[in-house]
Amino acid sequence: MSIVYVLIPLGLVLVGIGLWAFFWAVGSGQFDDLDSPGWTVLKDDERPKDHSPKDKP
Amino acid sequence: MTRAGPPCFHCSEPIPAGVVIHAHIGGREEPVCCHGCRAVAEFITGAGLSDYYTYRDAAAARADETPRPDRWSAYDRPELVERLTRAEPGGARSITVLLEGMRCAACSWLADKALHLQSGVLDVSVNPATARARLVWDPAKVRLGDLLRVLEHVGLRPHPLAGQPAEQLAILERRTALKRLAVAGFGMMQVMMFAVPLYIGESSGMDPGIRELLRLVSMLVSVPVALYAGWPFYAGAMQALRARSISMDVPVSIGIVLAFAASVWNALRGHGEVYFDSVTMFVFFLALGRYVEMIARHRAGSVADALARLAPVTARRARDGVIEDVQAMELAVGDALLVRTGEVFAADGTVTEGAGRVDESMLTGESTAIAKEPGSRVHAGTQNLGAPLSVRVEAVADNTVLSGIVALLERAQAERPRLARAADRAAAWFLGRILIGAAVVFAIWWFVDPSRAFSATLAVLVVTCPCALSLATPAAIAAATSALARRGVLVAHSDALETLAKATHVLWDKTGTLTRGLIRVEEVRVLSDTPESECLSLALALERMSEHPIARAFLASGTGNTAARDVEVVAGQGLEGTVGEQRLRIGHPAFAAGLAPALAVPDGLEGESWVCLGDERGLLAAFRLTDQLRPEAGECVARLRALGLDSEIVSGDEDAAVARIAARSRIQRHESRLSPEAKLERLKTLQAGGAVVVAVGDGINDAPLLRGADVAIAMGRGSALAQTSADLILVRDSLDALPETVKLARRTQRIVRQNLAWSIIYNIAALPLAAFGLVPPWLAAIGMSLSSVAVVLNAMRLSRGTELGTGGGWSLQRPAEAA
Repeated sequence: MSIVYVLIPLGLVLVGIGLWAFFWAVGSGQFDDLDSPGWTVLKDDERPKDHSPKDKP
Repeated sequence: MTRAGPPCFHCSEPIPAGVVIHAHIGGREEPVCCHGCRAVAEFITGAGLSDYYTYRDAAAARADETPRPDRWSAYDRPELVERLTRAEPGGARSITVLLEGMRCAACSWLADKALHLQSGVLDVSVNPATARARLVWDPAKVRLGDLLRVLEHVGLRPHPLAGQPAEQLAILERRTALKRLAVAGFGMMQVMMFAVPLYIGESSGMDPGIRELLRLVSMLVSVPVALYAGWPFYAGAMQALRARSISMDVPVSIGIVLAFAASVWNALRGHGEVYFDSVTMFVFFLALGRYVEMIARHRAGSVADALARLAPVTARRARDGVIEDVQAMELAVGDALLVRTGEVFAADGTVTEGAGRVDESMLTGESTAIAKEPGSRVHAGTQNLGAPLSVRVEAVADNTVLSGIVALLERAQAERPRLARAADRAAAWFLGRILIGAAVVFAIWWFVDPSRAFSATLAVLVVTCPCALSLATPAAIAAATSALARRGVLVAHSDALETLAKATHVLWDKTGTLTRGLIRVEEVRVLSDTPESECLSLALALERMSEHPIARAFLASGTGNTAARDVEVVAGQGLEGTVGEQRLRIGHPAFAAGLAPALAVPDGLEGESWVCLGDERGLLAAFRLTDQLRPEAGECVARLRALGLDSEIVSGDEDAAVARIAARSRIQRHESRLSPEAKLERLKTLQAGGAVVVAVGDGINDAPLLRGADVAIAMGRGSALAQTSADLILVRDSLDALPETVKLARRTQRIVRQNLAWSIIYNIAALPLAAFGLVPPWLAAIGMSLSSVAVVLNAMRLSRGTELGTGGGWSLQRPAEAA
C-alpha cells in the first residue's frame, strides 16, 4: 500500500498542471467568447451556389 | 391593417398593408418591409453571405429606410484615425467597435465575413455577447471609414469606442471569476476523492500513516479553495458588516471560515473530524451561482456603452477659419461646430447659422423632428436631419443635457426601494439561532465532558451549515434566469424576479412599447377625383426627398419610383415640389391648401396626425398617420390583468393619441403629456400607496421611470440607456413573454419557499443529533450534500417547465444552463 505515498503526490502534481493550463487558457482569452467560435467552422465553407469570385481570400 | 402574408425577409417584422417591395435573393423574389431592408438583404446576399439567413436564430434589426448621409468621412482622415486607434505590430492599427443591431452568433459571423472581404483587414474578432468587434487593419491598404461603411451596409451600425476601460474591466472580472470557479471545482473533486477512503477507513480500519496523509493532502488542496475561490464571499461579508447590514455573504463566510479553521486545526493535531469535503463543495456551488449571475449582468451592458452609442467620438470644428475634424473630448465652450446633415451633435450649443430639423427622439421620445433656426438650442446626442448647421458650443462633457439625464439615472437608482430579500432575512435569522445554539451546546458539553465539547460544537455548525439554505435562492434564480433567457427575456438584476412576483401595477410607456414606434399611413381620405393609389405615389415622390420621420411612413406605404423636382422644405410646415407638370405641396392641412387660392381646409383634419396633399386646384387627399399598436399588446394587458396586475399608460405624447392606444389595448387609466419627472412623480404616488410597480419602456426619456420602478422592463430594440436601467430586457422585442415572465417569477418564489422550508426542516432535525454527538463526519457530509442536491434539483424544475411555450432560440445562453 505504500505506493499511495507516491501516487497521491503524483495526482496532485497532475491537478496542478491541469489548473495551470486552465489558468493559461483563461488568461489568453480562450473563454471570453464561447458562442461565435462555433460559427468559425462555417467561415471557410463556401457553398457552391453562393459562390462569387471575390469571396476567395 | 391586415397582417396576413409573410413577414419581412430581413427583419421579420410584419409587412404593412399595401407595401410591395421585393429583394432579389439568389434568383428569387423575397418580400421585405421597406427599401432599407431590401438594400441590406441584397448587399448581404450579393457579397455571398446569404448563409447568414440560414444560420441566424434572431431576426435582424429593421434597417433605416432613409439612407443616412455618410457619417464616416471623418474616419478616412489618417491624422484623426491615428489618435483614435492603437498601434499594432507591422504598422497596423486596431480599434474596438460597438455594433448596434447584434442579435445572435450569426450576426457576428456576418460582420466577420463582410470585413474579411475587404483587402487590408488583418484580424477581426467579434464577441456577440458584448456586441463588440476588434478590428486590426493595414492603414496603407484600407481606410477605417470604409470598414465602418461595410458594417453599416450589413445592418450592424458601428460605434467606434475610443479607449473604453469598462470593457477591459468586465473581461477581467469574468476571467477572475472563471479561475476561482475552476479552483473550487478542481479542489472539490480532489477532496471528495480523498474523503471517500477516509469514510470507509473509519468503519473498516485504515493504516494510520495513510489516514494522516489523506487528511493532510485534503487540507493542502482545500487551502486555495477556501482562500482564493472563497475570497469574494469574505469581501462581500466585510462590506456588508461595514455597512452594518447582513447579506447572504455573512452566514456563508462564517460557515466556510469556522468549518475550514476547525478542520485545519484537527488535521494538524492529528485527531478530530475534518470537513474539507463539505467546505470545498459549499464554495464550488456558491461560486457557480455567482458566476451565472455575473454573466447575465454583463450581457445587459453598461451605461458607458449607452453613452458611446449616443454621443459621437468626433466633431468638425471651425477655428480661425480652419475646419478640422477633432475628437469630441477636445471641444471647448465657445468653439464653432459644423454639423452636416445626418450627423449627431457632439455638444450642447446654440445654432448660429442655418435652419433645419433635429431628431431629438433619443432625449425626449418625441418622434417628430424639431425645427431649428439661428438662436435655437441643440443638444449632444441628437441628430441633424436637415440642412448643415453651425453651432456655438455652450456645454461639453459632463455639462450636457445628456450627461444630466445619466446623472438623474444614477440618483434614481440610489433611491430605488429595495424589498429586502426574504431568503437573506430568513438566513440571517436562522444563523443567529444556530450560533446561539452552538454556544449553548459548547457550554453544556464543557460541564459534561470537556474533551468532546469542541467536536460536538463543530458538528452542530457543519451539519447546520447554511449551505442548502444559502443555495435555496441562488439555485432557483439561476434556473429561472436560464429558462427565461431561452424565451428571450434577459434577467439583468436577479432580485427583480422576487419583486416581480409581488407586483401589483404596470406602468406603460406608449411609443415603442405598446406601439411599434414606427409611423404608418393608417387612413387615406381622398378629397378629389384622383385615385388613392396615385395620391400615395405623388406623396411618396415628394417625401422621398425628405429625411423627416413622417417621410418614412410614406416610403413604407407608397410605391413607384418617381421623384419630385425642385423640392423645397418649409420648416415646420411641409414640402413643396413638382412631379411631372404638377406643382404639389404636402404637409399641414393649411400649408397644403395654400397653393390653391382662397381654399378652406375641410373640417375634421385638425391635430398632429393629419397630413394633406394639395395642388393648384385644391386638396387631393388627407393621410392619417399613426403609430401602430403592437398586435400582442391587448392580449398581454388582459393576461396581466388576469394575474392581478393593473395597467396604466404614462406617456409624453398628446392626449388624443394616448387615448386611442389606451382604448385599443383596453387600458382604463392613462395620462398624457408627462415629462420624465412627472412620470417618476406618478410612480412615486403609486408606490406611496403601497403598490409594487413594474415599468415598461424603451426610450431614454423612460430611463428615470425605469430606474425608479420596483421592476424595470426595457424593450430589446429600445435605447441602450433604457436597457442599462432595466432589470429585465425583452430581447425579442415583443410583449408576448411578459405575462409568462410574471408567472415564472411567481413559480420561482414558490420554489424558493419550498427550498427554504426543506433546508430549515433538515437543519432543525439534524441539530439535536449533532448536539448529542451522534453525527459522525461522513454522515454530516452526506446529509449536507443530500440537502443541497435536493434544493438544486427542486430548482431545476423551473428550467424544465414547458408551459412557457416553445423553447429553442437564443443561443447565447449556454453558460447559464450549466447551472
